[in-house]
Amino acid sequence: MASPGHRDAPELPDFGLLKRLARDQLVYLLEQLPGKKDLFIEADLMSPLDRIANVSLLKQHEVDKLYRVENKPAHSSSDQLCFLIRPRIRSVKYVADVVNADKATGRTRKYKIIFSPQKFYTCEMVLEEEGIYGDVTWDEWSFYLLPLDDDIISMELPEFFRDYFLEGNQCWISTVAKALHLLNSLFGPFTRTYGIGRCSKMVHEIWREVTEESEGDSLGRKPEIGQVFLLDRDVDYITALCSQVVYEGLVDDTFRIKCGSVDFGPDVTSSDRSIKVLLNAQDKVFGKIRNEHFSNVFGFLSQKARNLQAQYDRRRGMDIKQMKTFVSQELKGLKQEHRLLSLHIGACESIMKKKTKQDFQELLKTEHALLEGFDVRESIGFIEEHINRQVSPTESLRLLCLLSITENGLAPKDYRSLKTQYLQSYGPEHLLTFHNLKRLGLLMEQVPGETLTAVENKVSKLVTDRAAGKLSDAFSSLARKSNFRALSKKLGLIPRVAGEYDLKVPRDMAYVFSGAYIPLSCKIVEQVLERRSWLGLEEVIRLLSGNEFIATDTATEDNPRDFQRIILAVFLGGCTFSEISALRFLGKERGFRFIFLTTAITNSARLLESMIETRA
Amino acid sequence: MDCYTADWNPLGDEAYYRKLDLYSMAWDIKEAGLRDCLVAAAPYGGPIALLKPKKEKSPSSRPVLHIYSASGVHWASTLWKNCPAVHLGWTASEDLLCIQEDGSVLIYSIFCEFKRCFRMGNEVLQNHVVEAKVFHTEYGTGVAILTGANRFILATNVDDLKLRRMPEVPGLQKPPSCWAVLCQDRVTVILLASGQDLLLLDNTSCSLVTLPGMNPHAGSYLRMAVSFNYRYLSLFTDTGYVWMGMSHLKEKLYDFTCNLRTPPKQMVWCTRPRSKQRAVVLAWDRLLLVAGNAQKGIEYHLDEDSYLVPELDGVRIFSSSTHEFLHEIPESTQEIFKIASMAPGALLLEAQREYEKESQKADEYLREIKEQDLLPEAVRKCIEAASCEQDPEIQKALLRAASFGKCFIDKFPPDSFVETCRDLRVLNAIRDYQIGIPLSFAQYKQLTIEVLLDRLVLRRLYPIAIKICEYLRLSEFQGISRILAHWACYKVQQKDKSDEEVASAINQKLGDTPGISYSEIAARAYECGRTELAIKLLEYEPRSGKQVPLLLKMKRSTLALSKAIESGDTDLVYTVVLHLKNELNRGAFFMTLQNQPVALSLYRQFCKHQELDTLKDLYNQDDNHQELGNFFVRSSYTNEQRIEGRVASLVNAVDEYYKAKNEFAAKATEDQVKLLRIQHRMQKEEDKPYLDYSLHDTVYNLILDKNHKRAEQLYRDFKISDKRFWWLKISALAEREDWDELEKFSKSKKSPIGYMPFVEICMKHHNCSEAKKYTLRVAPEQRVKALILVGDLGLAADAAIEHKNENEMNLVLSKCTAASDSSVANKINCAKAQILKK
Repeated sequence: MASPGHRDAPELPDFGLLKRLARDQLVYLLEQLPGKKDLFIEADLMSPLDRIANVSLLKQHEVDKLYRVENKPAHSSSDQLCFLIRPRIRSVKYVADVVNADKATGRTRKYKIIFSPQKFYTCEMVLEEEGIYGDVTWDEWSFYLLPLDDDIISMELPEFFRDYFLEGNQCWISTVAKALHLLNSLFGPFTRTYGIGRCSKMVHEIWREVTEESEGDSLGRKPEIGQVFLLDRDVDYITALCSQVVYEGLVDDTFRIKCGSVDFGPDVTSSDRSIKVLLNAQDKVFGKIRNEHFSNVFGFLSQKARNLQAQYDRRRGMDIKQMKTFVSQELKGLKQEHRLLSLHIGACESIMKKKTKQDFQELLKTEHALLEGFDVRESIGFIEEHINRQVSPTESLRLLCLLSITENGLAPKDYRSLKTQYLQSYGPEHLLTFHNLKRLGLLMEQVPGETLTAVENKVSKLVTDRAAGKLSDAFSSLARKSNFRALSKKLGLIPRVAGEYDLKVPRDMAYVFSGAYIPLSCKIVEQVLERRSWLGLEEVIRLLSGNEFIATDTATEDNPRDFQRIILAVFLGGCTFSEISALRFLGKERGFRFIFLTTAITNSARLLESMIETRA
Repeated sequence: MDCYTADWNPLGDEAYYRKLDLYSMAWDIKEAGLRDCLVAAAPYGGPIALLKPKKEKSPSSRPVLHIYSASGVHWASTLWKNCPAVHLGWTASEDLLCIQEDGSVLIYSIFCEFKRCFRMGNEVLQNHVVEAKVFHTEYGTGVAILTGANRFILATNVDDLKLRRMPEVPGLQKPPSCWAVLCQDRVTVILLASGQDLLLLDNTSCSLVTLPGMNPHAGSYLRMAVSFNYRYLSLFTDTGYVWMGMSHLKEKLYDFTCNLRTPPKQMVWCTRPRSKQRAVVLAWDRLLLVAGNAQKGIEYHLDEDSYLVPELDGVRIFSSSTHEFLHEIPESTQEIFKIASMAPGALLLEAQREYEKESQKADEYLREIKEQDLLPEAVRKCIEAASCEQDPEIQKALLRAASFGKCFIDKFPPDSFVETCRDLRVLNAIRDYQIGIPLSFAQYKQLTIEVLLDRLVLRRLYPIAIKICEYLRLSEFQGISRILAHWACYKVQQKDKSDEEVASAINQKLGDTPGISYSEIAARAYECGRTELAIKLLEYEPRSGKQVPLLLKMKRSTLALSKAIESGDTDLVYTVVLHLKNELNRGAFFMTLQNQPVALSLYRQFCKHQELDTLKDLYNQDDNHQELGNFFVRSSYTNEQRIEGRVASLVNAVDEYYKAKNEFAAKATEDQVKLLRIQHRMQKEEDKPYLDYSLHDTVYNLILDKNHKRAEQLYRDFKISDKRFWWLKISALAEREDWDELEKFSKSKKSPIGYMPFVEICMKHHNCSEAKKYTLRVAPEQRVKALILVGDLGLAADAAIEHKNENEMNLVLSKCTAASDSSVANKINCAKAQILKK
């Protein structure tokens, strides 16, 4: 596996600092409202908060009761209310309702809103329109970055994807820029920045502006991260839409990893309660299998079980003294490992059960057929049946989108019939869902009368024309063609191997999809890092409709030190565990270490759910 | 240099005073002189204002206000068209206050540009201002007036005007003979003298005070003077007696009796920080007297009418031809230059001189200092003395001595020497008569370099200000950038140059200097009414966030909107959008948004939460029928409760979809309308919830409820595909466990989905026997799978062998467990062996 360029992987910086900074600021903000107070927390801030501060810390700073911000009125008896919310109109209105209800009953209390990670002007607009601008005070908790693992930092902003890519709302861009600035000032200065995508470009520009304005605060420190790669999610939807088969991705698809931890239900724990497990590099068992293809995991786990047994068995020949050291030193670790091992085995079993039930193999086969572009009719038939049998609304949608992107849109007849089928199965409100998907370019209709290759040619021409014509760029994703087939060919995304792909000893990043497909996003990263520029990738850039950039800090350029091999991969709009695994693999091969910064961890279900219109 | 001490005049035993020449005045006022002029000279070497008196009996000729530099260089003048002025004074920021008879105070810049005006109350209109004083406290510059009705009115800070009308002084019939503003414990009070009485007037009351140690036969008070720092007070009586003491009136310092009994024209204090010596300077027409802690004062003859300006560390005296500085000689200078001084500083200076003469005496002197271990002290004294000198030659001599002495000391910290050299270089430069700021070293330190730069900027002396910044290596933010910005702000006021010229001149000079805010310069240009220039200048502003507010102020909203969008800062965009919303009518507002998709989509998002109607209007305006359709569809789910409302909303949507030429959506929505109506009817008839089921679920539930007729009806009406219908029907029947009906259905016609699903659905509901019924009808290629599913491995094996399909055989084999299915396994192995043989 070792390639000639293989070097020891450089050390990762310690991101615990980010947690400490966030915690200290939170404490400071709570202290700004002295005395006992009740704290209302936005539901999706609960888990991130949990990773930063525990209840006793909050109690220490005179937080009395904790409430969740939801659609119910609050019954708090405290004289001071503190709201920890995202800067959303909905949440601000909730606060307004609480305040106005108090006003109606003639009650006066102190209200303080803490916006995380920042306040938007719209929040003030709402406060003003609701007539409570003068009644509340507010602060910002600059909690931009939550380290989920040694190499994963999440901004925990799942709405970024919909807000930016669907609604064209750029409000989070400056947030990301500020987050980058923070990382740059703590672990930089970064020497090289690559990027592709409109959003990346804007983030990069604003980040540079922010840096220029606060010049000088990162000087004189030893940089710990060398390069940055920014990538828009819409550069590569395919990868995010594929079924994940690497263990960590599969766990995410099956059980949903939330903020770095997962709730294993009774079917996994084989008891009557769920267990919350933190999934990260600290978990020695998980650390070994997270990046493995699922087919290897069972083998590994049983091997591990045998080893564990052997270690337990060593007790037998021991004398008292040895036994004493064994019990005091090793037993606890072994027990812990044992517990984790049985949990992961349980999880595997549960996954196997679920996945075989729905003909997971069939599904994967269809996916691979779509990626490779053969037997399209058969795939369409499969999808149709999938819809007709109401297997799952998101799964059906996922297959539809995969079909559309790989085929550069659906033939008009299929487009109509599949959509009709879908509406009949899952309800008419999905008419709006389809509209959203069309805007995003995820589910399109082919332009009539064009064969696939003709479309490809024409599209590539269109793209350059558009670039010249400076089409209203906010919605360049509108009517965007995927060009997947051409990209796949150009970059060799479908590995051609003689014989079986050996998933135990992977030869390229395709292993994360059973050897059928190299994730496009990761391939781009690989190609650019290899060339140290975009040179030679002109055709690919054109197919991705441009917006690539590179920026170098000449001062520290070409310094072959360790930190240069640490690369911050920034995914705007979410990143999947498959991509993380693929890049970890790439890093191991090339002597890099990747750090992942994402607006949120995503997968096909999350991506599509954010597009689905519900009747709520 | 031996006669260096020639102009030293002793006052008592310890103190010496001297007059230094500052300038020969450049002004030409020889004829009239200073006599009868209103004079105001700002402290810290500030400008001098002269208001020439009105010539009696010629109402047509008006007085002229002149402003000069301290060196007498004429800066500006203006014709006095207002009411007669009573008093002139300078504020701490070098604005000229002109207090008029009618109680209004006009404020002029140093270039005679009128800035603003305020009034000292309305009662003054009738009573007139009799006398006025300008004073400085920690609150800023204040004005005190005495009205014709013998009332005092005070304003402690002209920049934050609050008038204080002091209480009436009981029994005061005529104006007091003299008065002064004192500052006691942060409260400004007035001390006034009426005959032999001394009265202290504060906010609420008026009290008689007596001075400690006052000669009871001194007579009545005629003059009063407060020191520069407001700590000392002196009084002059009609017997020529001078009382000197603390301004809190509790301690007397000295007294003195003059030969002259006529009141002096001016009486001021001459002090120096950190000096024990204090003296009062009195000026009569031709006599200047320095009185202090001594029996005998120092007398100077005055050739011309002179004016005294108290300073921090001395008194400036100017007349129509000269400008001098009278001060107490600092200790270090005294030590070094006093005749026959053996102080270490003096020896060092001597040593250096001898060294230059290449005389061995240098060594002797040096040895003498070193023996007493006083060399560092000597160096320090030389540096200190140099800083107090005006003449560069003497400064140099002293610094040379210091530098010489430094060589013989290990690790003498160089800072003080280097700093003093630099500061002196700056001071010498600004003392030049062209610049005309005669600051002493102590004043300079008190004023700070920042304020000095401000003052240079105020005088529009940009080049020297920049040179000083460069010379002192000030940071760009504090120094050059700030000065360039001021220059630019001045530049935009030059009306004779075109916008292009000014803009490019400014950009050329400023470039990308850090800390320059083009938006501030543009704001100034806008204030001067040059909107176009402001816009041009804003182009150079790199931060869009700074461009937008000004653009809005200038009513360039569209430009502001594009700049805000360019910045990528959504908060900024919202700011502009809201501004536009308030400024424009609805139609124009929408039109503006249509051209800016980013702003439009942002505003839409806001409307989605806050103003649904506006959202609809936005779509309408744009003829965006697709979005309108979506809007109605959405509102049929979220806003409408009643079925009629929901249907109506959907009908609207159909309409819009047709307009948008989206036939698919229109048809789908029509179908939904149809379905809703049917569901509604059924719900009423059957009393079961059908509403909001999808078509699939509706039919499914109908079958579950054995309502087959209706199910068939919907199947036909909505053209449900056969496959779907079969799928859903068998699932529903199986869920109902209606196995007969299922069988009947299976035989109704040939299944479009095959019979494998029948097997699967039966097995899902754990009905093996029913499942087996269908295995025979399953297509051959799936039969083995079906048989395995129902658990009949024997038949499965037979089928596989019949098909001669090795894969199928293996599949069966893999399901065989050793114990129970050994016969089956054997059978397959046999068959496999046979195939192999062939």
